[in-house]
Parts: sequence; structure tokens; C-alpha cells
Amino acid sequence: MSTQTQTATTHGANAHAKHEHGGTALYTKILIALLILTAITVFAAGFDFGQGNVVIALVIATIKASLVGLFFMHLVWDKPVNAVIAMAGFLFLGIFIMFCLLDFNTRNNFIPQNMTPTLVPLAPGTAPAGNVIRTNPAAGQAEGGEKK
Amino acid sequence: MDQAIKTTPRIGDRPRPRKNYLNETRGFKSWAFTLDHKRIGIMYLIGVLFSFLLGGIFALLVRLTLLSPTHKIFGQVLLTAEQYNRVFTLHGAIMVFLFIIPAIPASLGNFVLPLMLGAKDVAFPRLNLFSFYLWLTGALMALTAMVFGAVDTGWTFYTPYSTTTDGPVTLMTAAVFVLGFSSIFTGLNFIATVHKLRAPGMGWFDLPLFIWGIYSTAVIQVLATPVLGITLVLLMLERSFGIGIFDPRIGGDPVLFQHFFWFYSHPAVYIMILPGMAIISELIPTFSQKTIFGYRAIAYSSVSLALVSFIVWGHHMFVAGQSQLATVVFSALTFLVAIPSGVKVFNWLGTMYQGNIKLDTPMLYAMSFLVLFAIGGLTGIFLGTLATDVHLTDTYFVVAHFHYVMMGSTVTAFIGGLHYWWPKMTGRMYSEKWGRVGCLLWNVGFNMTFLTQFFLGSKGMPRRYYNYLDQFQPLHAFSTVGSWIIGLGLFITAAYLLASLRKPADAPDNPWNGTTLEWQTSSPPITHNFEEQPVLEREPYDYRPVVAAR
Amino acid sequence: MSTTSVDLHAHGHEAEHAHDPHHQHHFTTMEQQFDTSKIGMWLFLVTEVLLFGGLFVGFGMMQARYPREFVEAHTHLVRWQGALNTVVLLISSYTMVLAVNAAKKGIKSKQVLFLALTIVCACIFLVVKYFEYSHKFEEGWLPAKYYSYKGDSLPACMEKSAGPEAAAAAPTTPPAPCTNGYATFFSFYFMMTGLHGIHILVGIIILTWVLIRANRGEFSSSYYTPVDLVGLYWHLVDMIWIYLFPLYYLIQ
Repeated sequence: MSTQTQTATTHGANAHAKHEHGGTALYTKILIALLILTAITVFAAGFDFGQGNVVIALVIATIKASLVGLFFMHLVWDKPVNAVIAMAGFLFLGIFIMFCLLDFNTRNNFIPQNMTPTLVPLAPGTAPAGNVIRTNPAAGQAEGGEKK
Repeated sequence: MDQAIKTTPRIGDRPRPRKNYLNETRGFKSWAFTLDHKRIGIMYLIGVLFSFLLGGIFALLVRLTLLSPTHKIFGQVLLTAEQYNRVFTLHGAIMVFLFIIPAIPASLGNFVLPLMLGAKDVAFPRLNLFSFYLWLTGALMALTAMVFGAVDTGWTFYTPYSTTTDGPVTLMTAAVFVLGFSSIFTGLNFIATVHKLRAPGMGWFDLPLFIWGIYSTAVIQVLATPVLGITLVLLMLERSFGIGIFDPRIGGDPVLFQHFFWFYSHPAVYIMILPGMAIISELIPTFSQKTIFGYRAIAYSSVSLALVSFIVWGHHMFVAGQSQLATVVFSALTFLVAIPSGVKVFNWLGTMYQGNIKLDTPMLYAMSFLVLFAIGGLTGIFLGTLATDVHLTDTYFVVAHFHYVMMGSTVTAFIGGLHYWWPKMTGRMYSEKWGRVGCLLWNVGFNMTFLTQFFLGSKGMPRRYYNYLDQFQPLHAFSTVGSWIIGLGLFITAAYLLASLRKPADAPDNPWNGTTLEWQTSSPPITHNFEEQPVLEREPYDYRPVVAAR
Repeated sequence: MSTTSVDLHAHGHEAEHAHDPHHQHHFTTMEQQFDTSKIGMWLFLVTEVLLFGGLFVGFGMMQARYPREFVEAHTHLVRWQGALNTVVLLISSYTMVLAVNAAKKGIKSKQVLFLALTIVCACIFLVVKYFEYSHKFEEGWLPAKYYSYKGDSLPACMEKSAGPEAAAAAPTTPPAPCTNGYATFFSFYFMMTGLHGIHILVGIIILTWVLIRANRGEFSSSYYTPVDLVGLYWHLVDMIWIYLFPLYYLIQ
């Protein structure tokens, strides 16, 4: 960086001469691609792929977002530092989501798979107030809906 | 050629300029609308020191209340249980959000960072001023919330208590929201400054290690603080309208709040400690007059601490009801933190080894840091270990641990840095003798107060409790006496620093024979920082005399 | 090495060129200033991503908690309105990038035209949003505690029946119906589209300001930073909608 700031020639109009890129034709192509992808994502939502729907929708959205980022936001031509900053945002958001999902998807797994938790109210006076979770295979069947 | 080499100028080799940043313009407006990073740094400094005083008074009140299990001082109950809850909440919230987070980056960092880079200002001076006013707004909002009955949730605002308790929780969270944006803008400014405003010849590995630390801090500020912002917005909406995300009564998940909160607040711990480490990385080579040992290792460890801080937040939630798998994963990842921390400590020790150590006040604080941080860091390993943490969670052990890290380390480094740059900021030298007295009292008082709390915690004294068993009284009383010694030490420190302002400017440009660029300008610096654009030609921390280097 | 010594006070550097009025004193060159502004803007955008990201995470977690309720609630959103808004925003992004292109080349007429078109698209977006919102208000699909729609197939409220008293009382009284998942869906719908709408509104204000400046001919190939930065902001707003649209309107 320091060498750039020192050289007296890079100034004003000269400085941006090397930023010549893009152009209406390219931008139009990108817009068309974005519109087609939008149509695909709406079309795909009409089918039932189970969990696949969310994945397809998010993958297409990510492709669209990348197109916007790379071309409309000039990341393809820009100094790499801007792309690194942008990626950092999404990376750390990804970390946030990942660990939250790790927690959510594994809650209650400490109960063996063939048993279901049941809420057993204690007889009054025997123990602290409240209830305890017990694994009770017999009573489990009836209240299977409790468990998520 | 001669003009370009200005490393390590001798004391008094330049006449003191008549105009400096303090006296070039005068009057309230010249400060209120200043874009000068040095003045903004000074305003931040005054603000955070005032917050420190306020938070400190609350801390003394908390300790005084716990002096005896009856909470009676001279026959009077000092604080009721409700008041006690409010006072410790205010202590926590003020110390974290108003003091420690902005303390080093926004005050000392603002002042020193552009000077160290050889720049005339930060990248966005107006944003810098805006960030200060955001801080001020947030601080005033927090004070207003205090006047209107105060909050009793603890500084963590855990749901569902925070969504149901009375008191101005909404105002307090709004204040923290505003403070968060102040922090974001400071971080953003610093990153852009470090990227684009380095002096000619200053590559990334010529940066002083202070800059590396502040840069890593800024990365966390930018990446983590927005999540705090949205968390607080969600909390406010949950409280006001019941959107059903955090409150279990309406189908929310209180553990999710803790995920949101700690995704910010664990990295925030590193917003607090990294700048402290950054200061120590300056103090130790300067007062050892020896090249830093393992420059790159320290630089990389700052960045890796910043990154690791984002993947360990779940260790605050071991007993909160997150899944066991997540608990184990977070516990394992937590141990990663020890690696960069250890790298730093050993490199600092390596720097001191066979150095020409001068025991000036800043160095005394730096050495205190090494001891206190070692204790704070190592007890963190106990808490990161799943099995021991289940026993120690929410006891005084945790309180002692994070006070060793937050206060024993960060505040020690902050005071050390304040002494180190005090001549540069004010142009005045303080009383060295009283400086040592202050440092001694700080160390004695601190260890009395908080080492005791490790024992209290491992014996089972829960944190935040108003009542305690009689058997804990001796330890509580000892801890309270320690807090008075801390108070005395800080009072003496404040007194001699303020007293130094009354005498005429007497500080040399480079009192400590530092090599970083801020010592190459006058003390105090001129408004535009440097007479001429400084050019870096030697590596940082090269303490050999200039002639020998050539 | 002495050639690298740059005397900033004398502004010797600028003396060779006409001093650009937009040049701030602490930057050596205009290019440095431009790059710095851009880094600053990208960092700001990252904070925006994480701000919205928090809401996305909250939405995802709540969807995992109430999958059936969320799917049922989303059928109340009108898919074609969402799709129309997507197209409108994509087109506005396109006109925005053309405006930046024109600014870079210093063509004033095109700059003004494309900026104006971007603002028009933004307004269309808000008009569509207005019709969407007012329909939701009428039907009672309101956020949080204001949710008053009665037509859902309401399931039992798990949390309320979980206590021992409720368990004991369960055989006689059926669990009270509740709106948990549904209200939460609409809370998130209004929070996220609302926050996005606020960003559109702010965007319109900034775009208008840039339009006025462009009309005065303030931007040239040597200084067009404001156009470029507002462009980045506008594309980010578009990008967020690209994710909002499938998540809200197309859930199965």
C-alpha cells in the first residue's frame, strides 16, 4: 500500500483508469440471469422435495447473492481486501448458525432412543417442588407427542 | 537522507513547539466539534474514567454490603436485597459497557493509533466524533435508567427474568444498543485506518504490536457487536410485545437468548483483554530496552485469539440447558484459547530475559499484569473444563476468575498504558514515587479482594447472592478490606496524575526511549501530529542507537 | 530513501495538480481516500449482514421449533407479491449499477436518469409492501400479542400444559389453545421485512440526496465516491431480500 501512496502519478483521473470494467452489456446479462434464477426458485417451490426445498431455495439465493456481490458490487474487479471483509461477514454468520443448530438438533439426546421422557409429578412432601424427567418406557408410549 | 532518519531522537533534541493540540484552539466549541483524534481520545478518557469511578463506587457498595451476613454497618442495613441486586447490576453494566469496552481502544487507542502509524488522523474523523457522541448518548441513557429505579437483571439481561421484571430494562438495553454502535464505529474506523493510513515504508509486520492488538479488537467489534444490537432489539420487543422468541411462556426459548447474548459477549471478553495485551506488548520491550521476542508469534496470536473467541461462547452455558454434545464441543474448543494466550505470555517473558529492565511505574504495572493474567488465565481452564465447571458455575470462583482477567489484567494494563502515554498526552511527568505506591496498593488490594473469592467460590458461595452462611464471613470481610485498599490505591493514582497537570509542561518527547512513531513527535503532539510525514526505516523495537544501526 | 519522504504540510503533492475540493487533508492521494471509504463501507455492510443475520438465525431456530405452524402461517403470504418485489428490487439494483457506471465515466444525464429510476423502483417496492401489510392488518395476522387471526388449526400449547398442575388437570380440561408458532412467524415476518423496509426508506433518502448532488454535476471520474458507496448499500439491501423472499414466501 505504501508504495502506491508515494508514487505521485496515481492521482485523480489516472487513479481510476484501471477500474475500467463491467459495462452495460455485462450488467444486462447479470440481470437476466438473476431474473431467470428467481423464476426457477419460484418454480421449484411448487414441488415437494421435503427438506430439499429449503436447500434448493438457499442455494439459488446464494448464487443470486454471489452474482450481485461479484458483479454489481464490483468484487470481481476490486481490491481483494473488500472481498475478504465481505466473506468474513458471511463466515461468522455461518459460525453463529452452525453452533446454534448444533445445540438445537442435539437437545435431549441424552435420553436413550428407545425411551421417551415423561413428566412425573412427585408425591407431595417427598422431594423438592417441581418435577423430574424420568425415562419411563411403559408410560412413554402415551405421551410420545411431548418430545420434539 | 538525514531528514528521513528520525528514529529514537535524544531527549531535548528539538525545541518544544509553542502550539500543540491542547492549546492551538480554545473554548468549548473547539472541543465539542473537534475532529482531532487526540482530543476525541482525551474526551473518551475523561468519560471512561468517570464511568470507572461510578462503577467503582458501586463495587465498593457491593463489598461493603457483604462485610457481614447481617448487612449492617453501624447498626444500619446498608442495602436491602432489592437494592443490592440493582447495585451489582449497575456495577456490572457500567464497568463492562461504559468502561472496559471503550477504555483502551476508544481512549488510549484513539490517541495513540494514528500516531503510531505516522498518520495525521484516523480514516474517518467525523465518524470518530459521532462515535464519541453515541457513547455519550448511551451513557446518559444508562444514567437516566439508573435514576428511574435501576435494573436488577445482572449485566447479562437473561430472559425470562429480564422480560418480566419491573424497572427500566428497555431503557437500559436501548442504552447498551447505542453503546454497541459506538463501539462498532470505533472498530470500523480503526480497521480502515490500519489498512490505508500507514506511514510510507510501514508494512504489516512493521506495525507496533499495540496496533496488532487493537486491530484484532476492532475485527471483533465489527463482527460481533451487531449481533448484540439485534439481540437487544429482540429483547426489547419481547418485553414490550411478546414476540415469542425468548420467553418460554409464549413459546420462546430462553437458551436461545443466551446463544445470542454470548455470541457477542464472549468475543466482547476479548474486546476487553486484547487491548490490554496490546499495551503490555509495548511496555515490556520498551522497559526492557530489548527487541520483542517472537514479534510474529505475538502478532498472529492476537489475530487468532480474535478468531477463536467466536467459537467458544457456549462455555457460558454449560448448565443452562444446551445440548450435551454442544457442551462437550464448546468445552473442547475453549482450550484452544490457552494456546495463543500462552504464546503471548512466554514471548513477553522471553523479551524480559536478559533485558535491561527499568522498573518505572508502567513496567511495574506490566509485570503485575503478567502475574494477575497468569492467575486469571489458568483459573479459566478450570472453568472451561466441563466436569469442574458444573461444580463451580455461578460461584465466586467465576467472579474471581473474570475479575482477574477483566480487572487484574485489562485494568492493570490500562493504568500502565495511561502512565506510559501520560507524558505524551499531557506533556507532563507524574510523581514516580507515588506511582510506585499506587501500584503496590493496587496489587495488594486486588489480590486480597479476589484471591479470597477463589476460596469462597470453591467452598460453594454462589455469586450474586445477598445472603450467605456465617461460616463465609471471615473470607468476605477480608475481601471487603481488600476492596478498600484498591480504592485507596486508585485514589492516590488519580491524585498524583491530576496533580501533575498543575505544573508546567516538563515531559521530554521520548521519556522512555521508545521506538514507535508516537515518541518522535513533540509532547504533547502538535495538531497535525508530525511536522513532516514520518517514514519508517527500521523495524519496530530496535533499541540499538541510531548510529550503530547505520 | 529520501524520495519517500513526503512533506504533507506544504501540500507539495497537490501543488502539481489542481486541488480537489473533496480531498481531505489526512489522505495523501485521492485514490487512497477512495479506497479507504470503500473499506469503511464494506465493513459497515458486514455489520448490516450480521445485524440481519441475527434475525435470520432467530427465524431459523424458531422454524425448527414450530415447523408445522410456520408452514401453515406462510400460506397467508401472497407469493406473487413477493415475487414482484423481488423483480422490482433486482431491476433497481441493475439501474443502480448503471448509475455508478455513468458516474465513473462522468456522464451526468445518465447518472441522473438511472438514479431516478432506482428511486422509482424503490417506491414501487414500498407500495407493494403497503398493500401486503394492510392486508395482513385487516386479517389480524399481526405480530406478537396483537395476533388475532382465528382461522388457524391451533394445536395444543405444549409449554402451558407442561407443569405438574396442568398434567394433573389434563384428563378433565383440554389444554388451552395458543398462537405460539403463528404469532412468532408473523413477529419475524414484520421484524425482518420491517427492518428491510426501513433500509429501503433510508436508501431512498440517501439516493435522493445523491441524485440532487449528481444533478448539480458534483461527481466526475475523479470523485464519485458517494454514488459508489450508496450503490454498495443498495445492492446489500437487494441481497438481503434475495434471502428473505424464498425463506418467507416459499417455505414448504
